[in-house]
Amino acid sequence: MQSNFRFYFLVVLILSLGIGLTLYKHFALGFPLLPDDKKSVWTIEARIDFMARGDPVVVSFALPPQTPNTIFLEEDFASPDYGFAELQSANGRRAQWSKRTATGQQTAFYRLSLYETDSISPDMPVPATDLPPDLIKPEFDELHRTAAITLLDQVRSRSANAEIFTRELITTLNTSMPSQNQSLLLSERASEDYKTQLIINLLALEGISSRIVRGLFLEDGRRRQSLTNFVEVYIDDEWLLFNQNNGKTGKPKDFLIWQRGDLSLLDVVGGRNSQISFSIIKNIQPTRNLVLRDNLHKQAGIVDFSIYSLPIEQQTAFKMILLLPIGALIVVVMRLLVGIRTSGTFMPILIALALIQTTLLAGIVIFLFVVGTGLLIRSYLSRLNLLFVARISAVIIVVIAIMASISIISNKLGLDQAMTVTFFPMIILSWTIERMSVLWEEDGPREVLIQGGGSLLTAIIAYLFMTNRTVEYLTFNFPELMLVNLAIILVLGQYTGYRLSELYRFHSLEKQDVSDQR
Amino acid sequence: MFLTSAKKLRELGIIGMNQRNFGLISRYNPRHLYPLVDNKLKTKLLAQKAGITVPRLLGTVSYQHDVRTLGNILKPHAQFVIKPVKGSGGKGILVITEHHQNQYFKPSGEALRLIDIERHVSNILSGLHSLGGKPDTVMIESLIQLDPVFSDYSYEGIPDLRVIVFRGYPIMAMLRLTTHASDGKANLHQGAVGVGIDMGTGAALHAVQFGNPVSHHPDTRKTFAELSVPHWDRLLQLAAACYEMTGLGYLGADLVLDRDQGPMIIELNARPGLSIQVANYAGLAPRVAQIEALATINPEPHERANFSKQKFSVSAKI
Repeated sequence: MQSNFRFYFLVVLILSLGIGLTLYKHFALGFPLLPDDKKSVWTIEARIDFMARGDPVVVSFALPPQTPNTIFLEEDFASPDYGFAELQSANGRRAQWSKRTATGQQTAFYRLSLYETDSISPDMPVPATDLPPDLIKPEFDELHRTAAITLLDQVRSRSANAEIFTRELITTLNTSMPSQNQSLLLSERASEDYKTQLIINLLALEGISSRIVRGLFLEDGRRRQSLTNFVEVYIDDEWLLFNQNNGKTGKPKDFLIWQRGDLSLLDVVGGRNSQISFSIIKNIQPTRNLVLRDNLHKQAGIVDFSIYSLPIEQQTAFKMILLLPIGALIVVVMRLLVGIRTSGTFMPILIALALIQTTLLAGIVIFLFVVGTGLLIRSYLSRLNLLFVARISAVIIVVIAIMASISIISNKLGLDQAMTVTFFPMIILSWTIERMSVLWEEDGPREVLIQGGGSLLTAIIAYLFMTNRTVEYLTFNFPELMLVNLAIILVLGQYTGYRLSELYRFHSLEKQDVSDQR
Repeated sequence: MFLTSAKKLRELGIIGMNQRNFGLISRYNPRHLYPLVDNKLKTKLLAQKAGITVPRLLGTVSYQHDVRTLGNILKPHAQFVIKPVKGSGGKGILVITEHHQNQYFKPSGEALRLIDIERHVSNILSGLHSLGGKPDTVMIESLIQLDPVFSDYSYEGIPDLRVIVFRGYPIMAMLRLTTHASDGKANLHQGAVGVGIDMGTGAALHAVQFGNPVSHHPDTRKTFAELSVPHWDRLLQLAAACYEMTGLGYLGADLVLDRDQGPMIIELNARPGLSIQVANYAGLAPRVAQIEALATINPEPHERANFSKQKFSVSAKI
């Protein structure tokens, strides 16, 4: 009992280690569990144009803040002959290009590629680490002030709390049939920035802190885009984002927040007519590649000390090696649970590995052909009275000769498929032939058919599993799942129940049991 | 109905392959003792030391260049059996019943020349029949003479008695009768008839061929109802004594009855198969459990045999 307990403790330990590491990689590092998991990667290019006057030039440009659920893959800053610095301040990052003298048309580029992770809910409000500054009473002239107060009174009467109040205010300002007051406040100069400022001022009048947020709607193939204004309102210790055109709360999907607060987006010293425009391109990439790149970059321990850190060539080799445990599991299941007899315990795995290289049908045909021909020649060898080692060596040479002939003949015939015969392990084929041949002599062709068929069936099932995209993906990207496999095999190793084949083997007992009663 | 249910088998107490490997072989048979039974020469010496009758050893051939001496070894003997020392499951056994000049006759009447026998011996030496293809030794034994009791129940061969001995207690027995289908070999999967034997009396209980019940010997057409194994007590005691001889907790003893010398042991097996359950229409599990429940193992083989006779007899229960 004690040793039994220790055994299951070990199994559970291995199992939870394997599953734990897998879940950690999935949830914490963002590795997807399925190979088809893809993400949109947005590439945003900001183009800054201005005319330089021949004086020293300093261009300062606000850069988007990093949030937990957007991952920046790459940032490029390009501008010929300009000195460049990235500045970090309390108000966010800024890029700064500078030059002693410049004249004429100047251009600077900022390129960013990013993707959004879904590890953290995108709707989660920004935690209010940055507290709002003290409210400054906005200045309105008498006329506007009266209009504003009347409007606020109206809105207040329709709302219960600050959040509803803000939403009501924005919808009222955006209504298609504005009242006199609204028209007066918005006037004809209703540009985006003006509207934002008006909302912020009105909220301030009401005693609610708010700030401007500039962001970019991400849409594939857009050019000459500009930033869109949103209003972020400080309610109940957190910042809530409002769309200033319809009053909806929360960050819209595919919206990148570029800048918070009332700082300039772009400052150009020594130039004029500065302009900024954004173009956006989307492309789809497998999530796994993105995550891997990000984690290698960050040097996450579990990734840094993993197969990914090997050269690509070794990685490919490991892709194959890591599939072997799957084959082993299939063999264990087939032999211990189903009770299929195979010739050579793990020969089916090696056949399966060869099948992966040759494709299924071609592989089976080649295998049967080589083994069949080998058996014919081997039956002649057995008449020569050879010693055992000499005989198996002779079989190896025969197998190589058969393989060479298949390759050459199929090449002449233009059958590329048959050329893959070289992927079959020669020594294993020779052993198979030798075993089958002995089996034939001792137990007859029926046993050869049973064991040969059993081996081939096991190999085909192993092949089907090992070529499954998901299995391939999981074994390579989550090698720790091998531990889970190990745990399963350990448990199967303790299975003492009946094999499926034994239900057939002992089936006559059932009949007799009845006749016994008579 | 091709499949039975696992529940049914469990009720019958049938032991499956996994259970045998895990619960019996790996638990009761220490690996280092295997050579004692896998090597038939060692088994023979052990048995002789223990005073158990075995077929007489006529000679051995260990090296390929000794194959030439085979003619001299065989010359004085009219009848003999050639066996691989490390063979299993009756593989590579050649029986010669008649010998004239350069003509050697198999039980079926087929004639062989000395060169054919030499090739057979050479094949054995290269490991054709041994476990894992390891180089082997050939042993030549005296032929067992068919006891007249069995003359109506065997075809071109000697029937043998397989007794499963668990911790020294014989727990189940089966008589294996040679048939035309089995080519004179007492090998169940080649078509020999397996006859379940009542532990109490040595009388036949049931018979199966290829897993199906039969009531008559397929070649001699004799009904098994009248079949009973003579010298039953002596046979059980011999089987029980194999425990002290080898130390194996779970073994299969193959015994034969010789017309002149009586009961003898021909082979021991550390991994006996499970077909014996089919022949007996009974599972090993309840009997194994009964022995496992014993506090101590009786050191006297004949007392253990008596214990088994009483406990596992089918007729006693009725």
